[in-house]
Amino acid sequence: MSPTAPEPLLQLNGVSVSFDGFRALNELSLIVEEGELRTIIGPNGAGKTTMMDVVTGKTRPDAGDVFFRGATDLSRLDEAEIAHLGIGRKFQRPTVFENLTVFENLHLALADSRATWTTLFNRLTRDHLDRIGATLARVGLQAQSASPAGALSHGQKQWLEIGMLLIHDRTLLLLDEPVAGMTDRETEETAELILDLARDRTIVVVDHDMAFVRSLGAKVTVLHEGAVLTEGSIDEVQNDPRVIEVYLGR
Amino acid sequence: MPAPALLPYNNAWGARFWAAFTACGIVLLIAVPLLNLWTPSNAAAAALPDYLIPLLGKYLCYALLALSLDLIWGYAGILSLGHGAFFALGGYCMGMYLMRQIGARGVYGNPLLPDFMVFLNWKQLPWFWWGFDHFAWAGAMVVLVPGLLALVFGWLAFRSRVTGVYLSIMTQAMTYALMLAFFRNDMGFGGNNGMTDYKDLLGWDLHQPATRLGLYLASGLALGLGYLLCRFIITSKLGRVLLALRDAESRVRFLGYSVTSAKLFVFTVSAVLAGIAGALYVPQVGIINPSEFSPGNSIEIAVWVSVGGRGTLSGAIVGAVLVNAAKTWLTGAAPETWLFVLGALFILTTLAFPRGVIGLLRHARWTRLHRPAVIPAGEQA
Repeated sequence: MSPTAPEPLLQLNGVSVSFDGFRALNELSLIVEEGELRTIIGPNGAGKTTMMDVVTGKTRPDAGDVFFRGATDLSRLDEAEIAHLGIGRKFQRPTVFENLTVFENLHLALADSRATWTTLFNRLTRDHLDRIGATLARVGLQAQSASPAGALSHGQKQWLEIGMLLIHDRTLLLLDEPVAGMTDRETEETAELILDLARDRTIVVVDHDMAFVRSLGAKVTVLHEGAVLTEGSIDEVQNDPRVIEVYLGR
Repeated sequence: MPAPALLPYNNAWGARFWAAFTACGIVLLIAVPLLNLWTPSNAAAAALPDYLIPLLGKYLCYALLALSLDLIWGYAGILSLGHGAFFALGGYCMGMYLMRQIGARGVYGNPLLPDFMVFLNWKQLPWFWWGFDHFAWAGAMVVLVPGLLALVFGWLAFRSRVTGVYLSIMTQAMTYALMLAFFRNDMGFGGNNGMTDYKDLLGWDLHQPATRLGLYLASGLALGLGYLLCRFIITSKLGRVLLALRDAESRVRFLGYSVTSAKLFVFTVSAVLAGIAGALYVPQVGIINPSEFSPGNSIEIAVWVSVGGRGTLSGAIVGAVLVNAAKTWLTGAAPETWLFVLGALFILTTLAFPRGVIGLLRHARWTRLHRPAVIPAGEQA
């Protein structure tokens, strides 16, 4: 067989999801290429979080397919199986394991076997220690290594969560409002970190902080009422009359 | 070279742990039998009278049962209010073996059928009684029956993501259904009378003090091994996964761990431990009947664990022994007050000291160690 054109990393085809008659996603079609950094914006209720739920297996679509690397249908897999494929997600609210230490949080996130039996006999190796140490340094939480994650500040929890995605070599990262509740300085640092991470993996960022989206300088997709309204650079999108109407018109 | 701060895990298997574990082992497995065997020259009876041995043995079985509940409740957040069912099933397997050991010495003298079957005019042994004349078979069933029930029940519940109070209610329903079933004479387990009047175990006369001491030692050994197994699980990476899913289950899923199989694993291990506890309990109390399945019994186990300190293995053991010792004393001294005391204990621990007795002790030690050093005025290095 001759090599064909590379399949897109993530492809949603006519995906619909409704909750009690409310159509959260309305035949949404979206393509994310390998290595891309994509930002997705849209007003509240546009279906941004539902889209992530569908990709990560939390919600099953009523109709449509979700393909990963052109072949794997994600809508047939559960969360753990999808995570095994290398798709990681950062939630809107930071969800770290509050009763575990920062170190233990990272240890659980390490790319390693997830089978129950092997975790029972898993022991920390020098390599694990080095990787956890490197990640702690990268997200600036070395001093908090032994403290419970519940004792961290809001911003630190977000960083820990990004660290947990970092340490697990994911091919596709879905970041749901990564700068929500962050100070301006933290937001800047997060943007830098995301640009740095985007060099060797595919990242989809959902946010509605325009300044933050602009600082990422990536292709923007605007969602509205469960479907794609428009796509393009941040300037094209911000000058699109339909986008202006959706954001300001009502 | 990672900094020492990188290593937050306390050494769970260090010298201090083994010293404490050995000390407890010496008290339970050497000092108690010695006290029982030693008769002071100026006294008529032994320093530790014979009648106390099966009572202590019973406490040890309860402690193992509490340990099994703490493993799933304290660490994985699964509150089973039907753990008495696994305990009773293990007990019934042992009871069936003991019934077959009676042989022709029963009231009706039937060499094959236990008395209650003769009484019901049964002609042959039901198929599920086959093999129970062999200790090895009965021993295997003690592990397999509770284990398989937990596996099937857990698979159905955890796969459908039944959690929290709904799971607790389902486990109550499970033990209640089993109680009703075992009450029926035609189930073939002795109906509401259950099984009793045991004679011997592996050829040892159950009424002899030496046999009772042996059973006590076996219970102590089982508790020790069960403790080590639980400690191994909770200090492993799987133990962290369990703590993590107790707090944020869906997050654990997105990290790629199978919550269902992790829960199923500990739930099954826990049921097997409860079954073993039941099997050791039955020959020491001399009877097994359907009241062991009653929902109240299972709730009581949760009270032991919360009094001792949920989420600490030693707490489960301490709680089981303390509450049962109080129960033994109070049901003798003022029987009508016991249920009120039990209820009050549960409310008190939940409201006033949620970390239980062990939690209080740890807190006291922590505050003593972390008290700011007072430097006397005027004194300088």
